[in-house]
This record gives sequence, structure tokens and C-alpha cells, in this order.
Amino acid sequence: MAGTLVARARVTRRRKMSPSAFLQKYLGYLMLALVAYWMLTKFIKSPSQFFSAALDGLENGTLYALIALGYTLVYGIIELINFAHGDLFMLGTMMSALVLSKLGVDHSSLTGWLGLVFTLVVVMAACATLNVIIEFLAYRRLRRAPKLAPLITAVGVSFILQNIALHFHGSTPKQHPSALPAASFNIGSVQINQAFLVVIAVTAPLLLLMTFIVQRTRQGKAMRATAQDQDAARLMGVNVNRTISFTFALGGALAGAAGLMYEQTVGTTSYNLGQQLGLIAFTAAVLGGIGNLVGAVLGGLLIGLIQGLNDGLPLLGQLWSQSVVFTVLILLMVFKPEGILGKPTTEKV
Amino acid sequence: MATAELVGPPETREHGRLTHNARWAIGFGTAAVLIFVTYHWVLPSLNANINTFVNSWLPLSVVDECMVWMICALGLNIVVGFAGLLDLGYVAFWAIGGYTAGWLISGQFYNLKIDIFGSPAAGTPGIHINFWLVLVAAAILTALMGILIGAPTLRLKSDYLALVTLGFGEIIPQFFKNGDHLGTLSGSGGFDFTHGERGITPVDPITIGPWKLGPFDLDWQFAVFAAIAAFVIFVCLRLRVGRLGRAWLAIREDELAASMMGVPLMRTKLAAYAVGAVAGGLGGVAFAEHVGGVLPDSFDFSISITLLAMVVLGGMGNVWGVMIGALVLSWINANGLKQVGSTFNSTFGTSWDFPSYNYLMFGLILVLMMLFRREGLLPESRTKLLLREPSRTDVESVGADLEGESA
Repeated sequence: MAGTLVARARVTRRRKMSPSAFLQKYLGYLMLALVAYWMLTKFIKSPSQFFSAALDGLENGTLYALIALGYTLVYGIIELINFAHGDLFMLGTMMSALVLSKLGVDHSSLTGWLGLVFTLVVVMAACATLNVIIEFLAYRRLRRAPKLAPLITAVGVSFILQNIALHFHGSTPKQHPSALPAASFNIGSVQINQAFLVVIAVTAPLLLLMTFIVQRTRQGKAMRATAQDQDAARLMGVNVNRTISFTFALGGALAGAAGLMYEQTVGTTSYNLGQQLGLIAFTAAVLGGIGNLVGAVLGGLLIGLIQGLNDGLPLLGQLWSQSVVFTVLILLMVFKPEGILGKPTTEKV
Repeated sequence: MATAELVGPPETREHGRLTHNARWAIGFGTAAVLIFVTYHWVLPSLNANINTFVNSWLPLSVVDECMVWMICALGLNIVVGFAGLLDLGYVAFWAIGGYTAGWLISGQFYNLKIDIFGSPAAGTPGIHINFWLVLVAAAILTALMGILIGAPTLRLKSDYLALVTLGFGEIIPQFFKNGDHLGTLSGSGGFDFTHGERGITPVDPITIGPWKLGPFDLDWQFAVFAAIAAFVIFVCLRLRVGRLGRAWLAIREDELAASMMGVPLMRTKLAAYAVGAVAGGLGGVAFAEHVGGVLPDSFDFSISITLLAMVVLGGMGNVWGVMIGALVLSWINANGLKQVGSTFNSTFGTSWDFPSYNYLMFGLILVLMMLFRREGLLPESRTKLLLREPSRTDVESVGADLEGESA
């Protein structure tokens, strides 16, 4: 009943659009058109520069996508903006650096590849475990509390993780050697680094695996059920606590993988890395429609692309990179709050 | 009693006794006067030992800084505590307030020469407007910015709103950081609006009538800040019991129900944003005076979070609770942890570097408070009930298994 009423109300509203709604709708399209025009002119002017900027952006974008998935998984299941997730990623970069230096891997070789695979497994496992522990100690008791309580707790956890990193790592950023091949090849006049291909080769299967787990497995079904309605899921025999722990483990593992990839491609680690990248990744998650896995990946790639184009072509230049990202976010929130792939929600009474 | 408070303006006396708020207000006034008297007259006349003790535990500059934090926390309390709108970018208003001071009482715009009851050193260029007028200007500007930021975004629901405010909290400080070459992309030339990373220093001192405060008149600075704080407290308390305040609480507790009862959602929320922003602007001006200038690096995300922690820790929605939360946390941040640490070290012969664990302690306090005393140190009675009890439908649907402990 209520559904039909709402639908009918919407139909009538569409017929008589108020001037402000009209303005809002077409203002959004106008902005999109302007951005498209700007990109087109840049593309025509110098295609190779355009593509290399875009590739740089996509490389970052895949990392953002990995981190954003952690946000979106956790938000999807318990509606918590997990502020500590970015810091988990930051710990991931540090753990990667530590394990690789203990293994003595500092250049590209056969043992280097083995070392990288080993590190990937270790760091993913460690971050997953850490995330599960955090959930168990901090968030579990707050599951029925008002939303602000777990949010503040997440902020507190983020501070704790940062402080641990500060002690373990020091306050200055550190540079680390990369075990990825430094070589590059050209397609046309666009230079492509082999490291970029490695990042894609690691992240793409992970993303596919994640989608598979959520869409096809029994555990994934439990996750979706829990996300929809915890109480109903519990009544249907889903072990809600274990499901949520599993979700945190998945998110943590992805953050760990992103940590290793970041450490290998960018090469610097710093204790406050998590805050900045976490914010960007969360923006990506929202951009794609929070709670939506494909959306998070798409959002991550898009944010990376926007950032890459802004930094490489310069629209406003690297100094304003953060501002550009957040402006995109704000505009999106104003014009299409549910994200690119999200579904609009109606308010429940 | 509770209904009496809700329907009309409160009496200052109930059955011959002062009300809760009146008692606290008198308490704040007395404390402020006592602090001023102590630091101005009593302390200098005491012996050196007591002086060093007080100056290491609670130096006047720390007291002043605590006042600034308190003003801003009270402003955030209006947005988060009263109206229930989660704002993660409150630092934007603090920064705007600070830069208003930077623009209006310094030599930043050196090709202008405007002096309105200002206190410039003789013959200096730039805009020099009287401190008290700058406060008014900052209040107006931040209120406008609050409305400007709020208007397109306040339709959003809780988490999305938080995210958008966070976005503004990142963009505005970045604008101040990079705003020294406006109009160009090359990073040179252009209009120097904010003086980039170097910030705007120095700003002119506070004036009280014809008298200029020197850099060491921290006690008078305290008096000025306490007066601003008292003004903000007064505004908070009066608004809270008035029509607007009750509309805020209604929105906080159930937005849909409030709008059905005829509360204009948009206008009420915008009012919360504007009033909250004004307090942030006043705090920003005070901060600029306290530091002696504005630096863009001092406005980052952790400030928004710290302020939020103060509000939550003190007791969301309760003006006095927020005050105490702000004072405690800002003291720990500024100097408390260092002093406790050095005392601990000298007592037990250890050599732990306590200040470096600042954020760890801070994080632990937040987590532990949320786990064990969610409603804050000094909660409002309504919030306490709301936060302690899960909603009825939740209780019904899960039976006895409230925390999922059997699973």
C-alpha cells in the first residue's frame, strides 16, 4: 500500500517539476558536460599525456578500490564508517616493509617474486586478524548503541593504531626499495610500467574473489542476510557474530594487500598515511554507492582517474588534489546522494 | 518538572532554590573571576615554589587555550548535541574565524590602509579593525558560511551528512593553505589571499578600550576569552529552552515525527548550523589572538575529531558537560599528560616518554568511554535515557539475547 502511494506521489511530482528541482537536475548535467568538455580538449591536445596521466590515476585507483572495499563491506553489514580502516592499511604498508626487509628482498628477481607472494599472504593474514580483534574488542559491544557511539570508537581505534605506528616507525616518512620490475614498455607513445601490470594482476583477482565470495558462497549469503536484517538473519540460523567477524577479516585482508601494493609502488611509509588515503578511499566507496561492491571498485577507479588527470594534466594541480576529490564527492552527494550504483532508499518509519 | 522545562522559559528559582543552570552559571562566573584574581594578584605575591608548581601544572597560556577549545566545543555541541547533525568538518569554521582575524587585523593586505579603532603599530599598512568589531565580523561571516555549506547538504541523512561536512573540513583548510596564488595555476604571481603555508602573522593585539594587551598579559587575555565563552554559554542556554532549541531536540530525536508536528526541518537545521558556526568563528578569532597569527597547518581533521570527542565525552547536549569535557581534554592535550608523565617518572624512577603516547591515551579514553560510559561524564538526562536503552522494537525482536552473547 505504502509503496504504491509513494510511487504515485513520485509520478505526480515528476509531472510538475518545481523550478529549483529542475535547476538542480540540469545543473548537475551541465557540470558533467563541462568536465567532459575539459577532458575532451585535453585529449585532443595531447593524447599521450592524457593517457599517461590516466594510467597513473588508475594505478592509484586500483589501490583505492581495494581499501574502499573494506569500507563498503563493513558499512554494508553494520552501517559503521570504520575510520580505523585507513590506519589498518597504513599498518599493512609498514608490515610489508618489515617482512620484506627481514627477507632481504630489495630488487626484482625470482626469489624476489617468492618473497612478495609470501609477504602478501603474511600481511593479508595479519591485517585480517587485527581487524577481527578490533571488531571483537571495540565494536561488538556497541552493535545496538546509537550510531555515534561506534563511530567515535572507530576514531579512537584509529588514534591508537596511529600511535602504535608512530612508536614502531618514527614520525618521519621512510623510503623503501621496490621488488617489482622497474622496466617499462611503450604502447604508441604511452609508457606503461610493468609494476602497474603487477598491481593489476594482484588486485583484479582479489576483487573477483571478493565478488564471488559475497555473491556465490554460503558465507556470502549469510553476509547479505545479516546486512539486510540482523535479527531476521539470527532467527534464520545465521551466526551473526561470526558473519560480522568474517566480514571484518575480508576487509582487513584487502587492506593488507593494498598496503603491500602501496609499499611496492609508491615506496614510502608514514604513520599518518592512513588518514588521508582512508578518507579518499571512503569517498570512493560512497561515490560508487556505499554497500555496493562493484560500486566501490568503480568509485575507487574513478577517484584515482580524477586525481590522476588533475595532477597530470594540471586542472588545478597536485596542491588541490584533495579539494578536487572532495568537491566531486560533495557535488555527487548534492545531486545523487545514493552514489553511482546505489539504490535510492526511502525512509522507514 | 520535565514538562515545565519543555513548555516554557525556565524560572531562575524553583521553590526558593536556584535552578540547575543558574547554579552552574554562577559557578562559571565565580571560577572565571577566581582564576583571574589568582593569576593576576595572588600568584605573583606568593613564594617561588608555589609559582613554579602552578606554572608547570596549569600555566595561564594553557588556561587560555582551554577556553578557546571550550568555545568551539560549545558551538559543535549545538550542531551535534542539540540538533543531532553529525559534523566532522567543524574545523572549517574555526579556520574561517581565524582567517577573518588574519585578514582584518594584520598587514596582510599591505596595499590597503584601513584603521577602524584598530591597534596597529604606527604607520603599518593593512587592515586594522578593532578586535571586538572583528569578533562581530567573524560571527557574521561564519554564520553565512554555515548557511552556505548547509543549504545544499542538510537534506542528507546522518552518515552522508557527516561525510559531506568532512569534505568541507578538508577543502576549506586546503584553500587557505594554497590560496596565496589565486587566479593562476603556475604557483607564482596571482592574488595573495591567505599567504599560503606561512600563514598570516602577526595579528594585532586585543584592545580593551584604549588599552592594548601586550604579549604577556595572558591574564587579561583570559578575561576576554572567558567573556566570549560566557556569551556563547548564555546563547546556548537561552536557545536550548526556547522555541528553536526545542525544535532542535525534536529533530534530533525523530526527524520525521518533528516534521509532521510542523517543525520546518530545513530552516531549523540551518539555524543550528549557523549558530554553531558562529561559536566556531569566535573561537577562531580568539585562537588567532592567542597564537598571535594563523597558520594553515593548525587546521586539520584531527581538530574536528578532538572537538567531537570533547562533546561526546562531556555529555552530548548538556552545555555544562561539554564544557567540562572540553576543559579536561584540552588540558590533557596541552600540558596535562606531560606533567602527569614527568611526575610519574620522577616518582617511580622510570623514563617513559608520556607525551608521545598522547594519541594512544586519547584513543583509549574514547574507546573506553564509549564502551563503559556512553552518555559522557555529565550527561543530559534525556540523552542518558536514549543512549542507555535500546529501542523497544529491538528488545522485542531479539528477546533476551540483547548483545548476541549466546551466539
